[in-house]
Amino acid sequence: MRHTHDTIIIGGGLVGMTTALALAASGIRSAVIDSADLDATLAAGFDGRASAIASATWRMLAALGLDAELEAKGCPIREIRVTDGLSPLHLHFDGTGDASGEPLGYMFENRHLRMALVAAGAASPHIEVYAPDAAATIERAEAGVTVRLASGGTLTAPLLIAADGRRSKIREDAGIRIAAWSYHQTAIVGMIEHEVPHGNVAFELFYPAGPFAVLPMLPGTRSAIVWTVSERDAAATLALPERAFVAEIDKRMGGFLGNIRLAAKPSSFPLGFHHAERYTDRRLILVGDSAHGMHPIAGQGLNLGLRDSAALADVLAEAVRLGLDLGDPQVLARYQRWRGFDSMSVMGATDVLNKLFAIPGRPAATIRRLGLAGVHRLPPLKRFFMAEARGASGDLPSLLRGDLP
Amino acid sequence: MTTTTIDPAQARLFDSIAHEWWNAHGSSAPLHKVNPVRLAFVREQALAHFRRDSRDRAWLAGLDVLDIGCGGGILAEPLARLGGRVTAIDAAAEAIAVAKAHAAESSLEIDYRQSSVEALAEEGRRFDLITCMEVVEHVADVPVFLRGIASLLKPAGLLVFSTPNRTALSYGTLIVGAEWVLRFIPRGTHDWNKFLTPEELTTALESAGLKVTETRGIGFRPSRGFELSDDRRINYIGAAVHA
Repeated sequence: MRHTHDTIIIGGGLVGMTTALALAASGIRSAVIDSADLDATLAAGFDGRASAIASATWRMLAALGLDAELEAKGCPIREIRVTDGLSPLHLHFDGTGDASGEPLGYMFENRHLRMALVAAGAASPHIEVYAPDAAATIERAEAGVTVRLASGGTLTAPLLIAADGRRSKIREDAGIRIAAWSYHQTAIVGMIEHEVPHGNVAFELFYPAGPFAVLPMLPGTRSAIVWTVSERDAAATLALPERAFVAEIDKRMGGFLGNIRLAAKPSSFPLGFHHAERYTDRRLILVGDSAHGMHPIAGQGLNLGLRDSAALADVLAEAVRLGLDLGDPQVLARYQRWRGFDSMSVMGATDVLNKLFAIPGRPAATIRRLGLAGVHRLPPLKRFFMAEARGASGDLPSLLRGDLP
Repeated sequence: MTTTTIDPAQARLFDSIAHEWWNAHGSSAPLHKVNPVRLAFVREQALAHFRRDSRDRAWLAGLDVLDIGCGGGILAEPLARLGGRVTAIDAAAEAIAVAKAHAAESSLEIDYRQSSVEALAEEGRRFDLITCMEVVEHVADVPVFLRGIASLLKPAGLLVFSTPNRTALSYGTLIVGAEWVLRFIPRGTHDWNKFLTPEELTTALESAGLKVTETRGIGFRPSRGFELSDDRRINYIGAAVHA
């Protein structure tokens, strides 16, 4: 079959669109299909979440030319303070000790990331966006992938990329099983304004019910909160009148940012962990949440997804420069080997971290406190944690070093 | 009737395994695995020789390319995707039929022919890039074959060749290991006595008016697969231009 594109990407969200841009850097032509009207996803009310972008991920966005649009919108994280509740003992990740002076990462409103990506996608000569639209049928055959659009057209390519989220229909149709469990926790996310400037510090306070994160946003007196509550308390917590809700937040923060008030209506997301048994199938590659999802405790979910995009960009750039069929089993196997190991190690560490902090009782708290102080005293371990937060551990794809593939 | 360097017995052997060419998991698995390594060498040499941009995905655009001993088209198809105007020849009729069918399925335009170097040369065809992977060890008359290649290569053209070395290690690896023990390659594919050492091949190419500009080894490590290396004892790949 004569192909209309080099890849067909299902899902034009943060990971799907970044993947398209990362591939476009090597002249790889993608069709991006999304059921949503992408312009509508840019409206203020669509997604009130914020994301931590690790420094390595930021280098990738900059290499893709998104820095001009995004630079003024990201709040640098210079320090991460991890504490057991409001204990004075804390694990302190300080980005300023690094010779480069590079912050540990940046906090962005998802809306701003989406805006920059959608605009760059629309401007790229190598990306065609079909949205709102849907893949009515998808056929992955020996000679290539054929997608019939709900709107009537037919697209063909040697490779299909699933960026259709944690409940990926493509993954399911391919018969790829997932290991999944729920933490029986719900993340309540919201935005607060506070009296005392955050000073570019991210706080992660661990409580038996789950972590409570305060993440610095622009301007300096605004922060995103990720408040983990047990599943059964979620509805009641969200239903609290604003004053009572703020009082609950205040209780957990202990007033270290002064008086606070809500800047946006909070919303909630169930927390779970899932991992696909494999990231590839015939002429198919999974990226982002379709492949793996984890607890947002360490702010690694989106970063891990974007690392998929970066690794895939290297794998496909090499394949296209050698004239290989992009859906060749060897090409897919290289992606599987690269990403399978990296995401398993990040996800495993994150899961252990969450479980450790979720154990109630004094002995566990003592172990955590000693553990935190211990990590702090051991420079190599601390460096690993910091590199992980920055997203610089493992075998780095070119884009995460700030280079084009 | 033109003279030919094709060995009829060898051509029949390849005919019988033609349907296996595109099965990436069958007896052609090593061929699929070594292909990116060969292509990487072709790319490295061609980018320098034709002064192409390393970020360009169509680095063979505008060039006339000939693949000698194309089999099912495992190398010819990438060469066509890279923008080359590809002619590909093989002595085995069945392989050419498989190659044509596969290229049609992939919508690639490749001029496949059951033909010989000598016949093409007689037609007066000339090419910018000629690839000749694992062929010279199968031909009946090496000097005639290489003179044929030289006459097909444009004055500023580039030849890339690969072939097994004739060493104790290559005997152990290719004949005993790959053909007899692992059955990676069908038995009788190779005649070790016909293998050429890099020095012998360099001398033979010189006699045909071609100058070898580079040779590298193709090694295999269980942990990493095939890779370009400095070890030429089993298999080597090289580039040559008109002297």
